[in-house]
Amino acid sequence: MAGRRNSISAKELVERVCGGDQGAVSRALTRVTDETAGLYEDIAKSFFPFHGNSPTIGLCGSPGSGKSSLVNELVRRIRKRGDTVAVLAVDPTSAYTGGAFLGDRIRVQEHALDKGVFFRSLATRGMVGGLNETIFAAIHVLEAYETGNGKNGFDWILIETVGTGQDEVEVADVVDTVICVTAPYQGDEFQAMKAGTMEIADIFAVNKADLEEVDKAVANIKDALSLGPDEEEGKWVVPVHAVSARTGQGIDDLLASAEEHGTYLKESGEITDRRKRHLRKELSLLISRLIMRNTLDRVTEGHIKSLMDKKSDPLTLSQELLGAGI
Amino acid sequence: MEKNNAYRILIAKPGLDGHDRGAKIIVRSLRDAGFEVIYTGIRQTPEMIARTALQEDVDAVGLSLLSGAHMTLFPRVVKLLNENGLGDVLVFGGGIIPEEDMVELKKIGVCGVFGPGTPTTEIASFLQDALDSAAKKA
Repeated sequence: MAGRRNSISAKELVERVCGGDQGAVSRALTRVTDETAGLYEDIAKSFFPFHGNSPTIGLCGSPGSGKSSLVNELVRRIRKRGDTVAVLAVDPTSAYTGGAFLGDRIRVQEHALDKGVFFRSLATRGMVGGLNETIFAAIHVLEAYETGNGKNGFDWILIETVGTGQDEVEVADVVDTVICVTAPYQGDEFQAMKAGTMEIADIFAVNKADLEEVDKAVANIKDALSLGPDEEEGKWVVPVHAVSARTGQGIDDLLASAEEHGTYLKESGEITDRRKRHLRKELSLLISRLIMRNTLDRVTEGHIKSLMDKKSDPLTLSQELLGAGI
Repeated sequence: MEKNNAYRILIAKPGLDGHDRGAKIIVRSLRDAGFEVIYTGIRQTPEMIARTALQEDVDAVGLSLLSGAHMTLFPRVVKLLNENGLGDVLVFGGGIIPEEDMVELKKIGVCGVFGPGTPTTEIASFLQDALDSAAKKA
């Protein structure tokens, strides 16, 4: 409960995370995602310098396409190689009650006792785009954790986004490699031509390859990709994998592609651009949150009354309130 | 210290019984009452439940059991939570549990035990009150 979480000092918590204590990782995640004033600032600042320590892979795709089951299979193979892995899995917060059912964990419980796997469920808590506003701070905690092989940061960090529709592109501003998960019967070649999630994929995984029509789904995506500009030499060519979380088909190739993409980013220098994009996003998310909080705190009944009485208007008031805060 | 966000609750099914409609109803009703609810799925060992509670840093763990093994499994979960430094996580339970066992379970730290027919709103307000008052003390 709150008491347990709050009794440890920021300094001790940071030391314990950097010393390989998973209980401390868990509490640090709570603090940076809750953002309770006075409890998270020092921690967030201490963990930031670890950014970039771990390669980050994001999985996006529609609900029920099998993201969690794929995560489970990827985790199994990552562990077989002896690498460590952390997963942040995001599920939606109810806009009506503020509650959430975080159900991704059910698919990965076979790894519950494996110390080389750390899994944390997060609720969106109001953010659109398939993620949680505090995702960067959460990633930095995982990048600071000492995994036992003398280095900070899990060997892999997987981010599973909310299964939203066609528009959850935020993940591309957060992770190094985006895997877009789809499945047979999810639309024809015109679906695959649309903007949105189809644009941000570094790798496609057509899951449920044990179903019929998987070849058609793969072909639709390949066709849509072929409509783009010609491949440039040295540029990344987006692979399309038919995989099955049920039978394990194609998962080794998917993991190999993720690793190749990581190597490509480094060798081409593109990693620098991506990381800059991440930092810009991290900063902008934080600025908007701080401004919102700060400004909304200063809205009084008087302000609302002045709108009611038509003595002011929302635009003038917003400008006044923002001006006072900057 | 008041909490900015929703309390996090883990609902877990220890042991071999596969009947989880009750657990699902609790998940759903707590979600609707504004909690962030994580569900383990069925057939979990006490060790898996404790480790999940640790990784998810939950405020409370709810154990659902219909097989009759509650006097073996509930105390084991409580013990493992304590060993993992999670002694102040609130533990509650439900299922087919005779009244004399309820008394025993409360003694070892299972704060609330809810039998069949308990209104879901009663469980939600029990949790809200217990967690609020624990947070105030901190």
